[in-house]
Amino acid sequence: MIEIQELCKYYGQRRAIGPLSARIEKGEVIGLLGLNGAGKTTTLRVLACDLLPSSGTVKVGGIDVVERPEEVRRKIGYLSDRPPLYDEMRVREYLQFAYELRGKSSADGKKRVPAVAERLGLERVIDDPVFSLSHGYRQRVGIAQAVVHEPELVVLDEPISGLDPVQIVEMRALVRQLGETHTVIVSSHILSEISETCDRLLVLRDGVIVASGTEEELSQSLLEGIRIELTVRAESSDLARILGVLRAIPDVGSAGAIAALERGARVQSFEIQAKRDVREQVGVSLLQAGFPLLAMQRTESELEDVFLRLAGGTRPNAAKSEVS
Amino acid sequence: MSRAVLIARRELSAYFRSPLGSVVIASALLLDGILFYWRSLSQRLLSGEALAEFFWWTSGVTITAALFLAMRLVAEERQTGTFTLLNTAPLREWEIILGKYLSVFAMVLILQLLSLYMPLLLLVNGKVSLGHIAVGYLGEVLLGGAAAAIGLFASTLTRSQLVSIVVGAAIVVVMLVFWVLAQAIDPPLNKFLAAAALHHANFRPFQFGILELGATAYYLSVAYLFLLGAVKILEARRWR
Repeated sequence: MIEIQELCKYYGQRRAIGPLSARIEKGEVIGLLGLNGAGKTTTLRVLACDLLPSSGTVKVGGIDVVERPEEVRRKIGYLSDRPPLYDEMRVREYLQFAYELRGKSSADGKKRVPAVAERLGLERVIDDPVFSLSHGYRQRVGIAQAVVHEPELVVLDEPISGLDPVQIVEMRALVRQLGETHTVIVSSHILSEISETCDRLLVLRDGVIVASGTEEELSQSLLEGIRIELTVRAESSDLARILGVLRAIPDVGSAGAIAALERGARVQSFEIQAKRDVREQVGVSLLQAGFPLLAMQRTESELEDVFLRLAGGTRPNAAKSEVS
Repeated sequence: MSRAVLIARRELSAYFRSPLGSVVIASALLLDGILFYWRSLSQRLLSGEALAEFFWWTSGVTITAALFLAMRLVAEERQTGTFTLLNTAPLREWEIILGKYLSVFAMVLILQLLSLYMPLLLLVNGKVSLGHIAVGYLGEVLLGGAAAAIGLFASTLTRSQLVSIVVGAAIVVVMLVFWVLAQAIDPPLNKFLAAAALHHANFRPFQFGILELGATAYYLSVAYLFLLGAVKILEARRWR
């Protein structure tokens, strides 16, 4: 569906994205992730033919965005980070306008617009002026204009931004629903907002894709093994000794002290990164060393850690103290 | 072309749903009325002279109104982010510019129609020909159309409507004073500048009811060149 090869986009002398290469198959729901300024919006604007690339090629459905941009735009529905809404229009006439603007007939639009409004939950406000809509409804109208002409590819730039928790859940469901009939690219700078809705994630940093894959693939490849948090009864002067015990256990990669996970005197907490589940050995070793174990739990490799590592270039848990 | 008309229809409806269209037209008509009373009716002029005087003064109002009406056309859309909808629709840049131009041109026409009662008063109570009125209005429409194209061009240059109207007004002022410069410099450049002046030599024939093809072609050319410039700016912006 989409082939991007060595795409670069410069704003003056500044490189905003690239070199960037990716391939997106028909029917996929892709999450484009990156912190603010990573190049998400520029990438999406190039895909939507709002901007033309400085170099490289982008093909949508086999059609080059530079050579035949009008044809590409026919295949695309685009929601920018600010929904392009005309406040003085009513929702129905706005969607009709957006439909006809894509070269579709007025008569077809009169049937299609109510159907799209129903699908997006806009029936109640379809005859209201756009300026009177809440933020959530404005986002929905923005998505409606992006899909009203039945494009093959739907590009949504931060559709969840600024929504309340209920609206976020609804929007996720909406994106999943769109994925049943369209190829969808959705961007966000907050991973948890889109990780559930996407088949695959592309992580952008400084305009370059630094990782690609499913949530599980990214977790497995980037977070080594498992993380275990444990709390023991010990004095603070015993920290170095306990760390020595933990590091002596086979397959433990690193161990460090963290802020106490429980209240009370003589309570110390630690974190272990290990290649495999070493909880049994940890329990035995600590008991043998004379440190009663108060609690121990395995924490799953969190995608947010992966994202922070990739997108921000920071180590997961960097804020946590380590005692060497 | 049909999508240019679609854009024009939307823009035209936006003029009437926002205060801008009504305020500009009402202000222009008020100013026209005051100038008509002051410069045409209060003077002891023959009716033909009064009509010429009306066209002279109302031409300035037409230029100003056209600039005010055109200032929002692209600048406002870029400021509010709605231009993305047009930019990502399967449209060519000339369709966008043509659609927007048609809407502001229609507003200029509406303004002229609403001011028609003043020359009709002279027609009923004096001795003026319908031809003089028709040619005078043709001049107004051509001048207004050229000013609207300049305003639209200026609107493509910036996101700020204020900057847009300042730039548009600056271009108009420069083109207005060409005839002053023409008097101060030597041939052959003075002839070129006189011919390129937006108002003086080119509008005077229309003012007196004389249809000159050269002046007509001049105004059409000005409109075309500035619209072409606006199209090129939109095209170039995609590469930025």
